[in-house]
Amino acid sequence: MRLNKTALGLALGLMASTALVSAASAQETTNTTRLHPKDVAFSFEGPFGTYDRGALQRGFQVYKEVCAACHSAQHLAFHNLMEAGGPEFSEAQARALAASVKVPAGPDDKGNTTDEKGNPLMRPATLADHFPSPFPNEEAARANNGGALPPDLSMIVKAREGGAEYVYSILTGFHMTPPKGFKVIDGKYYNPYFEGWNISMPPPLANNSVTYSDGTKATIDQEAHDVVTFLAWASEPKMEERKRVGMGVLVFLIALAGMLFAAYRRVWKDQH
Amino acid sequence: MSGPSTYNPKSGFEKWIDTRLPLPRLLHDTVHTFPTPRNLNIWYTFGGILTFCLGVQIVTGIVLAMHYVANAGLAFDSVEAIMRDVNYGWLIRYIHSNGASMFFLAVYIHMFRGLYYGSYKAPRELIWIIGVLIYLLMMATAFFGYVLPWGQMSFWGATVITNLFSAIPVVGGHIATWLWGDFAVGDATLNRFFSLHYLLPFIIAGVVGLHIWALHVPGNNNPLGIDVKSPQDTVPFHPYYTVKDAFYLVLFVILFAVFVFYAPNFFGNPDNYQPANPLVTPPDIVPEWYLLPFYAMLRSIPSKLMGVIVMAGAIVTLVFIPWLDTSRVRSCRFRPLMKQFFWGLLVCCILLGYCGSQSVDAAAFGIIPLVWVARLATIYYFAFFYLIMPIVGLIETPRKLPASIAQSVLGDTAAASSSLPAE
Repeated sequence: MRLNKTALGLALGLMASTALVSAASAQETTNTTRLHPKDVAFSFEGPFGTYDRGALQRGFQVYKEVCAACHSAQHLAFHNLMEAGGPEFSEAQARALAASVKVPAGPDDKGNTTDEKGNPLMRPATLADHFPSPFPNEEAARANNGGALPPDLSMIVKAREGGAEYVYSILTGFHMTPPKGFKVIDGKYYNPYFEGWNISMPPPLANNSVTYSDGTKATIDQEAHDVVTFLAWASEPKMEERKRVGMGVLVFLIALAGMLFAAYRRVWKDQH
Repeated sequence: MSGPSTYNPKSGFEKWIDTRLPLPRLLHDTVHTFPTPRNLNIWYTFGGILTFCLGVQIVTGIVLAMHYVANAGLAFDSVEAIMRDVNYGWLIRYIHSNGASMFFLAVYIHMFRGLYYGSYKAPRELIWIIGVLIYLLMMATAFFGYVLPWGQMSFWGATVITNLFSAIPVVGGHIATWLWGDFAVGDATLNRFFSLHYLLPFIIAGVVGLHIWALHVPGNNNPLGIDVKSPQDTVPFHPYYTVKDAFYLVLFVILFAVFVFYAPNFFGNPDNYQPANPLVTPPDIVPEWYLLPFYAMLRSIPSKLMGVIVMAGAIVTLVFIPWLDTSRVRSCRFRPLMKQFFWGLLVCCILLGYCGSQSVDAAAFGIIPLVWVARLATIYYFAFFYLIMPIVGLIETPRKLPASIAQSVLGDTAAASSSLPAE
């Protein structure tokens, strides 16, 4: 018994001292831990949530006119823009959007891959093409962005802890005064929602970065909210179908469970 | 309980089959008339649920393999193509990825149920040991499967786990290289893991056959942990347990469906939606939740080799449980002392899981370092099997066992008047 108490005391003492040491070191190193993302309401939250069609179309505009200058979205194809559950542009609109960008073409019928001036052959994109990337390779992307690689945006909402709210917080987390004693690294920007608080991306959005055709006022918050809705769809393009099918499946399963329960009670009636 | 067969072929065709390949007889005796204790509770439905889980994983897995490309340069994109371009690919993949978690949820309930009711005790030692083997195969299969999407956590998880073998003195490094097929986790590793991920489920299915075969010799244990003594103690498997298992299976599938349709990435890690990058190590490499308790044990021990030994030991220990338990009584219902230690073990396993999910230097409430919580829980885990089990079995006074299952369920009079179940 006595031995037990001694051992317990020793264990507790050890735990306490280790805790103090780790707490002290934690204070020095974790002060640039990213802030918890802002709490923002999105149309696609909850079991019945769907993507706001207007926000998706506006968000695509923000992506196309702002983000796409540096970020790729390789997993998106132009035909996705006209599919159910997405921005649902008309087929004509989606074709026009595709045709407005050039993608590398294959060899022509003489086997040439470049024109007379030596430029690679290009052709207008079709519905089947994926979104072209702004840089030909990672090295070019880094060289144009101060050494940092702008991540692909196809799955950015799913690939970050905090999801849509995290991306929204990053986009709206600039233009704040850093706390005294915090040094913003040269060529980087202060953003406390980003781990380490130094982010390589310059503030991407400003008021009126885009002009919305539906008359919505293009504030930073509005643009961020729209583009995050678009990026959430890009991550989970089948979300609306998933929730719809899920509801049918659950209704069926609950009815089946009810019938099986009745059968179970009936079969076992004489056994208790 | 696997007494003489009661199959009685009626038509000439059935007789013809029965004398050549008595498959109908096997089915009749194992799923129809098989005498099953009448007092099995909800926790006994997980055997059937697990068979269902295995079937779901195999069927969805075969479809996924039709679209998946096991190549380090293409794997990540091929999974994303399944999610976006394959008809209902998102559904099949989410069923498969969440199915792994549901499979482990069910197997943990199944194992703790066996532990609580003493289902590993004579004459069921082999059922238990075969079960441990299935669990081991499941862990290997799940690990290989988690590597296949070739995201950041796939790659780094594979790196951490395969590197454990390098802790073995002298030959460790060679073993790791041999496992990788390269000098690091890469394309060769991905290919062989895919091959094994496709192979192992069929081996599991075979071993599950042995598990059920072994079960059908002594028959089911039951919550009272006493033997079946007369036909009154049992009911035929069909319809009594087919309908009960079906009902609870559907409840389980409802839970499964809630995850698949409404929180499909709940068990996942966001990092695995970033393509594998050997040059960028994620800040915290975390395995899937079902491996976290072992991961916590591994990390709580400063020496890598000792950590690996402890982690492997935690699994190997399970094999010896039938002989570590010295009690004459099976079920914890009648073991007041053991019951408390059992819940202690469950709490420790959950604590270990929590510790494994947090970063190495994390502390609970800001003051209790989790590494120490994990150490204490690890000590309890081993103490439970090697000290508590043998000692408590000897010093504990079990409560009085009921005379029979029928008496316990139906009361004295009903048991005496013998109401045989309708067959």
